[in-house]
Amino acid sequence: MTGVLPGDELALAGRLFGSRLILGSGKHPIERLTEVVEAGGVEIVTLALRRANLNGPGDILDHLPPGRAILPNTSGARTAKEALTLARLARELGCGDLIKIEVIADSRTLLPDNEETLQAVALLSEDGFAPLAYMTPDPVMGRKMEQAGAAAVMPLGAPIGSNRGLTTKEMVKLMVECLQVPVIVDAGLGRPSQACEAMELGVAAVMVNTAVATSDDPPAMAKAFALAVQAGRAAYLAGLGPVGRPQASSPLTGFLWEEKGSQDPSSQEKF
Amino acid sequence: MPHISFQEAIDAALAFDFQAVGSRQVARSLERETLSLEDLGALLSPAAAENLEDLAARSRDLTLRHFGLNVTLFTPLYLANHCVNHCLYCGFSALGDIRRGALTESDVDQELAAIEVTGLEDVLLLTGDSRARSGPEYIFRCAALAAKRLKKVGLEVYPLSIREYSRARDAGVDYVCVYQETYEPNLYAHVHLKGPKRNYAWRLAAPERALAAGVRGVGLGALLGLGDFRRDVLALGWHALYLSRLHPQAEISFSVPRLRPAPGHVVFQQSPVSEAELAQIIMALRIFMPWAGISLSTRERPFFRDHLVGLGATRLSAGVRTSVGGHSGPDHGEEQFFKSDPRNVPQVCQALAQMGFQAVFNDYIRL
Repeated sequence: MTGVLPGDELALAGRLFGSRLILGSGKHPIERLTEVVEAGGVEIVTLALRRANLNGPGDILDHLPPGRAILPNTSGARTAKEALTLARLARELGCGDLIKIEVIADSRTLLPDNEETLQAVALLSEDGFAPLAYMTPDPVMGRKMEQAGAAAVMPLGAPIGSNRGLTTKEMVKLMVECLQVPVIVDAGLGRPSQACEAMELGVAAVMVNTAVATSDDPPAMAKAFALAVQAGRAAYLAGLGPVGRPQASSPLTGFLWEEKGSQDPSSQEKF
Repeated sequence: MPHISFQEAIDAALAFDFQAVGSRQVARSLERETLSLEDLGALLSPAAAENLEDLAARSRDLTLRHFGLNVTLFTPLYLANHCVNHCLYCGFSALGDIRRGALTESDVDQELAAIEVTGLEDVLLLTGDSRARSGPEYIFRCAALAAKRLKKVGLEVYPLSIREYSRARDAGVDYVCVYQETYEPNLYAHVHLKGPKRNYAWRLAAPERALAAGVRGVGLGALLGLGDFRRDVLALGWHALYLSRLHPQAEISFSVPRLRPAPGHVVFQQSPVSEAELAQIIMALRIFMPWAGISLSTRERPFFRDHLVGLGATRLSAGVRTSVGGHSGPDHGEEQFFKSDPRNVPQVCQALAQMGFQAVFNDYIRL
């Protein structure tokens, strides 16, 4: 179930993906991952390196259907240098060069540290990685990330795990307008309708974890998110019409023509 | 939130009137996103005990959001049980006539190898309080051995200085646990008759010193049943919040040990905490600080531990020996307390899976 429109694949660092739903793996029992990934038609699954046991028991690769990409992340890093260490580890483990930078130094909110993240983007792209920058939404910072070599930016919709939806909508919208690289909404989306809303704005993809993992039926919820992502993407491509502004019951400019004997603006007396 | 000093907060916690809390205040506190000291007090009150189901619903929701279906497993490794403190509640107390011992470094490595075989990656190293028999240099060497074999190393030993914590960090220590036992100074003096542990303030500031030295996480706790558990847990919550404001990057976790029967010279008459009260404590701490880890030890029976997973607890010990050594062969010294959950690692994993949870052996990389 990719449902991708012809020619509308997601392009990330030169690779094409049929699905615009990215799934976080951290909050699921690993044995359940195959079923969830298949139900959602997911092609990219993120993996925290600190949790990875690649080539050992509980290796995530044993639980992924074939043809799916792993997007390793640097969670656990508190500084740009630590993110670089983790990225190099990912490369040694054979995860490739696509990597999601997470630099977090606030255990309470788990909000990213944009300043360290920017430095990490520069360090990693110099080192040949294609970094995706998880960040607090900010179009100015997003542009700097892009200039420093980010392959994509990943602004959060709301604090991670909060299921609040696109509380950062205005900033995300500005990022979509201002940046050339793909904008992927990561964190905070709790409902398929919120993912749809993000896609309608023109973001390239969305990432979810908690909302699927903690649902009563994770495969069904993954499918629901996939459908919402497709609907939002289709709506964005179709071009949303003007929405919601009511017509005034009498024309606001009617006064211009209401004076006695002047029905036609061209006949109005000129001063 | 208005600024109050750490000591003011601890004093306020110890003076809190739990009996004055009514069910309306409990309901209001449950609604809040960011809880104050008063809110935590309300959730710990007898009135909140009447609304345990409401606390459980909120606690479960927050636990799942922040930790998903994951439960981290760890195991303690007792390095030595020599102790110079006279503590009225502890099996290791110097007053007790128990078998004493300390592992040699080669014993330690053998124990670590036995732990490694079980798949566990997170070990908590413990000693009694004896700088002469289990000094800091010995502890650092043991930590370095542990860091070579396992992914995460914790330390639960007597309070160290900043310089010593910094050495510990360099040796591979990832987190430090120092439990205050009780935050009530008078009771603290009463149960710690003799020895360096009598120094309440030095112990209270130990987690702060560890974080200042660059250790990544701290575990805090109070020994439940020693004093009025409500006051102690309120002070504990505030201690944690204070540290998280001072060091926002710190990983903070709570331990909620209940006093257990122990060998040796244990004379203190405890004020027992029931399982329902312990459940209330765990849920109140979870709601107060949704991002903090909460450990549940083998002091609790399997049925209770399994059911508290998902209601707040996020870290369980497994394959536990509370004697010195004992992971790889016969032990070298007596137990600190008698445990209630004898299950090995596969048995704990299986129980978690039956509850729909996943045992996580490793979610950490030493950086």
